[in-house]
Amino acid sequence: MTTVVVTGLGTTNPLGGDVASTWDAALAGRSGVRTLDNDWAETYGMAVNFAGQLVVPTSEVLSRPEAKRMDPSAQMAIVATREAWADAGSPEVDHERLGAVVSSGIGGVWTLLSAWDTMKEKGAARVLPLTVPMLMPNSPTAYVSLELTARAGAHSPVSACASGAEAIGMGFEMIQSGRADVVVAGGTEAAIHPLPISAFAAMAALSKRNDDPAGASRPYDTSRDGFVLGEGAGVVVLESEEHAKARGAKIYARLLGVGMTADGHHIAAPEPNGAGQTRAMQLSLERAGLTTRDVAHVNAHATSTPVGDMIEARGIRGLLGEHADEVLLSATKSMTGHLLGGAGALESVFTIKALQERTAPPTINVTDPDPELQVDLVRDTPRALPADGDLAAINNSFGFGGHNVALTFATA
Amino acid sequence: MADKNEILAGLAEIVAEETGLDTAEVQLDKSFTDDLDIDSLSMMTIVTLAEEKFDVRIPDEKVKDLTTVGDAVDFIEAAQS
Repeated sequence: MTTVVVTGLGTTNPLGGDVASTWDAALAGRSGVRTLDNDWAETYGMAVNFAGQLVVPTSEVLSRPEAKRMDPSAQMAIVATREAWADAGSPEVDHERLGAVVSSGIGGVWTLLSAWDTMKEKGAARVLPLTVPMLMPNSPTAYVSLELTARAGAHSPVSACASGAEAIGMGFEMIQSGRADVVVAGGTEAAIHPLPISAFAAMAALSKRNDDPAGASRPYDTSRDGFVLGEGAGVVVLESEEHAKARGAKIYARLLGVGMTADGHHIAAPEPNGAGQTRAMQLSLERAGLTTRDVAHVNAHATSTPVGDMIEARGIRGLLGEHADEVLLSATKSMTGHLLGGAGALESVFTIKALQERTAPPTINVTDPDPELQVDLVRDTPRALPADGDLAAINNSFGFGGHNVALTFATA
Repeated sequence: MADKNEILAGLAEIVAEETGLDTAEVQLDKSFTDDLDIDSLSMMTIVTLAEEKFDVRIPDEKVKDLTTVGDAVDFIEAAQS
């Protein structure tokens, strides 16, 4: 079986405009969540007026004509892709053996709604011809494919907040099935727009802690009241071990397994007993050829919702048993907010860095942990993972619609 | 109503914004595709923005006849009257 390794990382998100600054901010336990200062923030009577916005706007990285052809979701994907590709050493690879799998949960929502605003205001003749290529949810992966001339296939599996993780899982499968030697995989989201904010708020999914934005995302804390919307992208370069070693590439970690299941239960709520989530973790470990004893770290989905966090935590405890006492659990959305379709990808970057540096990033804002939590939660400051031996880590991502994805990474 | 020079200047601004080219490169004898490297989607964007800027209608079926910047300037000038 082909072993898949990670040779490049890239991101732009509410903590940093690249991997190094993001990782530093995460280890320092900083929050990327702030009160919105956009001109629309107080226009519509929104119940929520804060989010995790990019610290380095894409306009500072991309040229203006380049950015104008892309929805912000694609812009962020391209920023992260360029970093990841350069980080991987810009591998020379047959274009027909290079794939792209970059997902978005929502797609070009800014483009779609702005075009509708223009049409209402100025009429149909003013709708710009790039509207469709910009709003389509496959636009980010298509632009990545164009950027790198990736011709093995360009995909964008959509599964709400599991999309980024599913994309990485699909990239893994493209390499394992022999379709590609190198795949650029990840997720992106740019949905900090008044409509999605209001729509998520209407579901009672968002935290309404307007007076304390930086403290609003508090996974596992007893006073958690919903997730915090974030934006950004994460991208990883996946490569067959053979291809990476042949070119002497630096290897961050191995991606050993993916488990994907569906709840078949409810369009938004997770299955109360978390069976589908647990099964995704179990399948991922089985595919990796590992046992629960090998797991040293879990980057949880943990979005800071009253119901969701503990369903996942009970599932982790149920799967790992007493070994859960030795597993360091991190909920990095406490710092970044929830990047929706970008979340699983950014959190894969965190998981890979955690393995590489043998350091689990902190979970912030947990002042009163849920008494039911029976996993060792890393709070406020980073903690060391075991210094010796192979380590495995699971990154969980779950999406509205009952999509469950667990990725299993291991030290290089 | 804008005269030829004003139309050229306005069109050059739109093209520069869309392509990143310098406005000085947008001259009457330049071909949109061969000299300015503008693809069909960008051309349609430029046409849509020019329609708004000069308050004219440029029918889709006419766009293929606008080979050079000069063709577009002439069309817009005539369409204004």
